[in-house]
Amino acid sequence: MIGLDALYWLMGAMFAAFAIGHAFAQSWRSAAFWGCFAVTMLGGSYLPDIVDGTLVIVLALLAAAGLKPKPAPTSDAKTREASAAKLGNALFLPALAIPAITLAGTFLLPHSGWVDPKQATLVSLATASLVALGLAMPMVGAGPVVAGNEGRRLVDSLGWAAVLPQALAALGGVFAAAGMGKVVSEIATAYIPMTLPVVAVVTYTVGMAVFTAIMGNAFAAFPVMTAGIGLPLIVGKFGGDPVIMSAVGMLSGFCGTLTTPMAANFNIVPAAILDLKDTHAVIKVQIPTAILLLIANTVLMALFVYHR
Amino acid sequence: MWVLSGIGVVVLGFALRLNPLLVVVAAALVSGLAAGLHLDAVVAMLGRDFVANRFIAVAWLVLPVIGLLERGGIRERARMLIARVHAATAGRVMILYLALRQISATLGLTALGGHVQMVRPLIAPMAEAAAEKEAPLDDAERDKVRAYAASADNVGVFFGEDVFVAIGSILLIKGFLEQNGIVVAPIQLSVWAIPTALMAFAIHATRLWLFDRRLRARSKP
Repeated sequence: MIGLDALYWLMGAMFAAFAIGHAFAQSWRSAAFWGCFAVTMLGGSYLPDIVDGTLVIVLALLAAAGLKPKPAPTSDAKTREASAAKLGNALFLPALAIPAITLAGTFLLPHSGWVDPKQATLVSLATASLVALGLAMPMVGAGPVVAGNEGRRLVDSLGWAAVLPQALAALGGVFAAAGMGKVVSEIATAYIPMTLPVVAVVTYTVGMAVFTAIMGNAFAAFPVMTAGIGLPLIVGKFGGDPVIMSAVGMLSGFCGTLTTPMAANFNIVPAAILDLKDTHAVIKVQIPTAILLLIANTVLMALFVYHR
Repeated sequence: MWVLSGIGVVVLGFALRLNPLLVVVAAALVSGLAAGLHLDAVVAMLGRDFVANRFIAVAWLVLPVIGLLERGGIRERARMLIARVHAATAGRVMILYLALRQISATLGLTALGGHVQMVRPLIAPMAEAAAEKEAPLDDAERDKVRAYAASADNVGVFFGEDVFVAIGSILLIKGFLEQNGIVVAPIQLSVWAIPTALMAFAIHATRLWLFDRRLRARSKP
């Protein structure tokens, strides 16, 4: 049965290929960085935890020192213009095949018996990437080595940002183990006077947004804020509706996600993949939307949570 | 109270613009130590959680095919396509993408989009080409257009997905409330995600439209 382990082998092989490409180009820091990352992919299930942890620290130190990749070989602007005119809209086919195959696989694979049903989406995404690659290679007239170099070109524009989401997930685990949530909700309830129902609503929505911004993830903030403020005060003391509170509360947390570098997948990775000079450029254009929507959510909850 | 030192490291590190990967790893080590764990236990915990979250990197498997399509000229093709559409402006392209991304997410189709698969090869080049019909973009303006394109993807998926009943966050809420003795149907939660979904679209589409107006005003001094 195909599950996560097969995907780890595939990803490990891809990152190892990027590392080898860098080694041939003699960009040693990049070779070491992607090589270490490939080892965590391939060996993660077998190596002792402390070795994996040490590799993560090595990745962070290399990232801080600067990866300094030498540019991977690619085509020039003139060739691409000519190729775009020649291939036409067929170029969009492999790109659109990725979501189409991922969707189809998500619905069909769980019942096939070939795939671990819990991992159907991830297996589908990996399959879709491979099928799309199979379509694109003859179309562009390139082999696996060229595809590897083009992948390396993109992973270089991501750089350390490609590893950051996983490191943040690990940080979330350490925060949880250290009892961070309990301390934050204790501080919120100890310092804000909760005598008015509307104060409880404002504290809950703003708290969800701020705590989400700190943790980078509304899923981590929701249980803490809801157990600390939502259930005992809005529902328990003031008789509010738990459905409206939780639904709008979670979405208030998502407003926080728009504002934080801790949500690297959504905010830092796109700045890297779009070659933006400012790593925080995406966050900056999102902050006004986040603030306006948080206000709107707070008003929505204040108006409806106590009247049903 | 000392466990909060990890948050301090994060805030200070990002404020000083140190390398984010270094900041995050340092924050994990500091919080673990502050919670009274030994260094080797913290490093092991960091390694265990990092490896347990390897599935996040599955998204990078699209890199070779996207890179190859760029070599074949997909970004240039997206630009040519939009240059022919007379009514296309940067704002309209991004508002349309925001709407499509949000509607598909309300149907649970969150895989239809993303920064690597859609924004970089298609949406950003289309928005740039539409803006350049008026006048060339300088580097700062180009970065701004791209940042807005990325924001349309985020806002669309965040405030669309909760309208779908079987999405992770709805199931998390249901499970958490059940643990606390409150039984709710996912559909009730989804219904209460609709007002915020509409407000999110109204707010962000308005901001994209205002940005479009500023962009177009630039060509008429």
